[in-house]
Amino acid sequence: MSVSKPLRTPLHDAHVALKARMVDFHGWEMPIQYTGIIDEHVAVRTRAGLFDLSHMGRVRIQGAGRRAFLQKLLTIDVDKIPPGKCRYSFFLTEKGTAIDDLILYAGGPDDFLVVNASNRDADLAWMRKHQSGDVTIIDETLQTSLIAIQGPRSVETMKRVLNVDPTEMGYYTFATLGEYFVSRTGYTGEDGFEIFVPNAKAHEIWNRFIDAHIAPIGLGARDTLRTEAAMPLYGNDLDDATTPLEAGLNFAVDLEKPEFIGQAALKAAGQPQRRLAGLLLESKRIARQGYAVMNAGVKVGAITSGTWSPVMERSIAMAYVPAELRKEGTPLEVDIRGRLEKAAVVKLPFYRRKKT
Amino acid sequence: MRPDDYKYSESHEWIKYNAKTKEATVGITDYAVKQLADLVHIDLPKVGDSVEQGTAFGEIESVKTVADLIAPLTGKIIEVNKDVGGNLDTLKEEPFETGWLVKIKPSDPSELESLMTKKEYEEFLDASGEEKPEKGKEDEDVDEDDFV
Repeated sequence: MSVSKPLRTPLHDAHVALKARMVDFHGWEMPIQYTGIIDEHVAVRTRAGLFDLSHMGRVRIQGAGRRAFLQKLLTIDVDKIPPGKCRYSFFLTEKGTAIDDLILYAGGPDDFLVVNASNRDADLAWMRKHQSGDVTIIDETLQTSLIAIQGPRSVETMKRVLNVDPTEMGYYTFATLGEYFVSRTGYTGEDGFEIFVPNAKAHEIWNRFIDAHIAPIGLGARDTLRTEAAMPLYGNDLDDATTPLEAGLNFAVDLEKPEFIGQAALKAAGQPQRRLAGLLLESKRIARQGYAVMNAGVKVGAITSGTWSPVMERSIAMAYVPAELRKEGTPLEVDIRGRLEKAAVVKLPFYRRKKT
Repeated sequence: MRPDDYKYSESHEWIKYNAKTKEATVGITDYAVKQLADLVHIDLPKVGDSVEQGTAFGEIESVKTVADLIAPLTGKIIEVNKDVGGNLDTLKEEPFETGWLVKIKPSDPSELESLMTKKEYEEFLDASGEEKPEKGKEDEDVDEDDFV
């Protein structure tokens, strides 16, 4: 990270006032929990929760050459995305491995990307390296705040607190509602909205949700929520040695689209030899990142993400294993600090919300 | 809340020593429970196991981290609280009573003198700045890598 002193989001004081525990997260001082990870997790699964995501990288792409530029860098066919839609995609290396995973907001006079805080510098460098013709890349991360509402009561909460009606918005779309730029997106496995607000208004909007008794949610519960939903986290389940196809994210990779960086390597590689698998442990002990996954005494992989699932009340994990071991029900073991714990391969995601 | 007649260790165990039976009951403090938060699992030793002062006799795990339980005294385990593993909320509700973990028969009760009184323990917490999380101080128990 190029910054030595952690950055603070415009909502930093609000987190401190709420007695959040603050930690350094990739150069940002962020709340890891307010009341407790499990309480916060349950609030999002059953009601609605409030997140400060102002550390997420936000990059605007302008210019007549922007679609050609994005077409070359992204794994999805940008010409086929109707304006107003959000799409999950990747920047890949020439080898087809992930530089970052991101959300593209397509359409309008500009295109817009939301990228991982941990990869913002790398993403900007990658884009600038491949920038040509009429393309302007603007890092807007510090110019706005990003607040999310996630949970089954998200629509109701948006109506009640912001006096806007997002009912008609489809999932993975964006729109301007009243004075707010909003997308129906998230990283929890629940319905929800991400709201881009001017920094000067961040406190006021945040406090309106707090005053309406929406629980603030820290990065701790954000991690357990996304793990239950099997949404990958860059640095854990994805890195520059991993392809999106190994991660099972084929829906975000169009191998038949016009050329993009990494496409040739993915085509040449064919079916992945290793795949991301879900593991359900018999023990309550948590299989944490890096722990060895064993099959009949032989190490076959390593845990990429593992946590306690508050919904299942079980220890859950994800790991890359040889493709033939990814079959549901395959018995494996995880070496948890020297003791082997039994685990079974299960289908991902661990949790899927009931759609209403 | 912290009993006056207990002893305390720097690794946040408490010790209640019964001079008549020469048995020590051991648990973890309210501070330890609060720092760990969101408990999911505890591993305790078996009756008859030997433990040594300053070394691990078990582990306690929360969603965000795992910590060793450190034996405050050398001796033999003579009783284990079998109920606590199935109901970790006990540790949150009554860490100094029903939330006890093990009973130890110390081989050298003079080791008790190396432990802190309640007053000393609270001074220790103050000195390490550990009792004032509201100041927004970074939490060393939290491993950023768990969330990378």
